[in-house]
Formats: sequence, C-alpha cells, structure tokens
Amino acid sequence: MTATAAMPELRPWRGRPVIADPRVRWGLGIGFALYLAAAIGTIDVNWQRVWEGLDRGWAFLAAFGEPDFISRWRDISEGLIESLTMTVVSTALGIALSVPVALGAARNLAPLPVYLFCRGIITLSRSFQEVIVAILFVAMFGFGPFAGMLTLSFATIGFLAKLLAEDIEDIDRSQAEAIQATGGSWLQWLNYGIQPQVMPRLIGLSLYRLDINFRESAVVGIVGAGGIGATLNTAFDRYEFDTAAAILIIIIAIVMVAEYASGLIRQRVQ
Amino acid sequence: MPVTGEKGWQRRTTPVQLAVWFGWLLGVALFVWCWQTISAATTWFFVTDSPRVIADIGGRMFPPAWSYLDKLWQPMWDTINIATLGTLMAMFMAVPVAFMAARNTTPNAYVIRPLALLIIVSSRSINSLIWALLLVAIMGPGVLAGIFAISLRSIGFIAKLLYEAIEEIDHTQVEAIETTGAGRAQVMAWGIVPQIMPAFAGIMVFRWDINIRESTVLGLVGAGGIGLQLQSSLNVLAWPQVTVILVLIIATVLFSEWVSARVRHAII
Repeated sequence: MTATAAMPELRPWRGRPVIADPRVRWGLGIGFALYLAAAIGTIDVNWQRVWEGLDRGWAFLAAFGEPDFISRWRDISEGLIESLTMTVVSTALGIALSVPVALGAARNLAPLPVYLFCRGIITLSRSFQEVIVAILFVAMFGFGPFAGMLTLSFATIGFLAKLLAEDIEDIDRSQAEAIQATGGSWLQWLNYGIQPQVMPRLIGLSLYRLDINFRESAVVGIVGAGGIGATLNTAFDRYEFDTAAAILIIIIAIVMVAEYASGLIRQRVQ
Repeated sequence: MPVTGEKGWQRRTTPVQLAVWFGWLLGVALFVWCWQTISAATTWFFVTDSPRVIADIGGRMFPPAWSYLDKLWQPMWDTINIATLGTLMAMFMAVPVAFMAARNTTPNAYVIRPLALLIIVSSRSINSLIWALLLVAIMGPGVLAGIFAISLRSIGFIAKLLYEAIEEIDHTQVEAIETTGAGRAQVMAWGIVPQIMPAFAGIMVFRWDINIRESTVLGLVGAGGIGLQLQSSLNVLAWPQVTVILVLIIATVLFSEWVSARVRHAII
C-alpha cells in the first residue's frame, strides 16, 4: 500500500488549452463575458411589439406555402430584368476596371507609389457596404439602374482586384523571367509570362463575383438604385407577404442555378 | 509570307477557334443588349449633369461636422453589438446545420443532407438587408431585428465553409478514436472537433468582420445601428454630418479587419 502513496496524483486526461498562458486565457474569457453582458444589457426591445409581430411572422412563413407570382408579375419581371442586366454589365465593367487596378496593386509588378494608390482604391471600395455607395451614387446620378450598375462595378473592384493582386504576387517568377529572357516587351511579358498563370483564378473569381453581384443587385433597389429590391421593398411595405415570398423564391432559385453553373465552369477551367 | 502549303502553328483547331469566337460574339451581344436596357431606364440628363452635382456635394461635405461625433458613439456601439451578437447567434444555429450537411457526419444523406443544404443556400442567397426588411416588418424596428437579420444571413455562410472543412478532415484520426471504443459523442469531441477548430475560429472571425460592414447599413431599413443616423442625415441633406459618419464607418471597418487578420494569423 505504501507504493501507491508515492505515485503522482492521477487525474483524468484533458486536452491542451488553445491559449497556453492561463492569465491571458482567463483575462480574454472574463473580458468577453463582461462585453457580452454589457452588449445584451443595452439592447432595447419592445417585447409587446415583438409579440404582436409573431402573427405576421407566421403569415410570412405561410406565404411561402402559397407564393403569389401572378398579381404583381409585371413589377416582378421588370425588376428581375433590371437586376439581371445590371449584374451582367456591372460584372463586365468591374472586371475591365479591376484588371489594371490588380496589376497596380501587385507588389512584384508595380512601383511603390502606384502600389499604394491602387491599394487605396481597393481599401476604399471594400470598406463601404454596397448600399452606402448606392446611396451616394443615387444622389449623384439620379434614381435608376445606372447608379446601381456603377455601385456594383465599384464594389467588384475591391473584391476582384484584391484577390487577383494576391494571386499575381504568388506567381512562379521563373516563367515570367523566361519571357523576359527572350527579349519580350513589357506587354508581352504580361501577356505570356503572367496572364496564363492567373487566368484560371481570374475566371473563377469573375464567375463568383457574377453570383455576388446578382445577390447585391437585389438590395441596391431598396435605396432607389434599380433592380428587384425596389419591388421587394414595396411588397414588404404593403405587407404583401405572398408577393415577397414569390420574389425571394425566384432570387433563391436564380442563385442556386448560377452557383451550380459556375461550379461546372470552374471545374472545367481548373 | 511565302505560301508553302505547310500548316503554320495554331493554338486551337479551326472549329474550336470558331466556337471561341462565337462565344465572344454572344457575350458581347449580351453585354450590349443589357447596356441598352439600362440606358433606356436612365435619365441621361442627370448623368451628364453629375459633374456639377458631385462638385456641389463634395463642397458641402467639407469641413466635416466633427461635433456630431458625440451623437454617434451610441449607434456605433449598437452596430458592433449587432454584428457580434448576430455572429454568435448564427454560430449556435450553423454548427448543427454544418454537421448535418457534411457527407461524412450527416445522420441521413437522402433526407437531412438536402434539407441542410437548402437551409444553407436560402440563407446565403438573401442579403442581410432583405432579412432586416422582413424582420422589421415582423418584429418592429430596433436592434433585435438587426441581430436576427445578421444571424440569419450568417448561418449559410458559416455552415457552408464549416461543412467543407468537416468533409476535408483526416479520417485516420477519427478511426483511431473509434478503435479505442469511443461512443459517437466521444468520436465527435476528440476525433472531429479538434481537426476543424482552427478553421471554425477563422470562419467565425472572418464572418464577424463582414458582419460589422453589413450592420452599418441595417439602420437604413430601421434595424438599428449607425445606418439610422446616416439615413436621417441624408434626408435633411446634412452633408457635413454624412462625412463624419462615413469616416467613422471606415475607421471601424478597418479596425475590425485588423482584428480579424490578427486573430486568423494567430490561429493558422
């Protein structure tokens, strides 16, 4: 019996904690708990209003059972065509604008001033949510799909140029050098040394952005920049949940088809 | 160039070349048609007049009304809370959905998996602003609607990335736990969860960062946060206040991006 007393105390095995230092671990945990308490404490909820709204919530869910495509079909189809055309034009324009910005934002191609300028454009475009940009563009260019199209093109730059620039920075230098060694000009160097290496990624990103632009085109309409969003907003304002459900179902269906198609194309390209 | 009858180098065969050319033709035609549709719906006078308007607005935006900042701390705090609480709430709903959607952990591949995928795609296709529009109509304006809107939109995003991570786990580690005679819950806790934990933390922080950006506009439809102030400033054309709001939004977004990059860097 004396042998067991000498054994170290046995306790069940536990995994290693993610943060090794217990002070940091507890500090972060307690800090986060305090923040949560403060955050939840400041939420101001009108429970009576929520309670009254539950009926409407059920009405909306029920509307998904019998969506009404017909009575506002004219508005829906107009909004849809506007959304789809905005998506196509803004994606094409966005790609055309992002390629030069991406070239400028790749540290291995551009000198420092150009690099900083292009990174600035990307940061600006990424910081603002599409809707805020749409508000400003509506104020500048008037209501309608033109402002929405510009918004989506601008948002495309931040997304596409950033990811493309990162891809350009990761290219295999030796291939680009081989083109330089043959005496190719700067444009030839871009075209044969760099472009083939980033093309699959560019195609993949463009298809992904097409998808995002369609989804976003559904919201910019809320602030008057054209597209299906305006129709949807009106439907909600009138509590016409069956029409709203129909629009949402159409959006979901189009996004699903687009996602499936772009998946197929990306598989073929890569 | 002398005609020798020899075939020169061609990247593609002629039929493929034609097909590519035809594809471009279709693409350009589609673009032109779409452009014309937009153009028809545009009042071109406003567009040609825009340089004057831009100069005008630009002139009014400066100098910014910095004193307005005092009224913005409370809405900004709300905005951050909407993003954080919304992300947390989404986490609790997204994790079960992800496990139901992953091929290797789904309880039933023919009924439950398609259902989980449907939840993911519906949540992803509808922007948080639309969710907010809907929730404001249902539960009234306020921060709560914003939190729900953010979390409903985030479920799909988190669940999609998480289930892809679950499908990519190393199966040998799971088997090792299984051979020790562990039950289903133990296999989950010691075989699967440790493998996806880094990816999971990365996804959550990434989504939180996106949600900060999204929650800045929820106020436009009445779902709380700084968007409300933006809306009211725009309505009374108080451009100096708009500048302050935009600067504050940029600062917050850059800060959250910095935090998320630091955390992801520490994890990976």
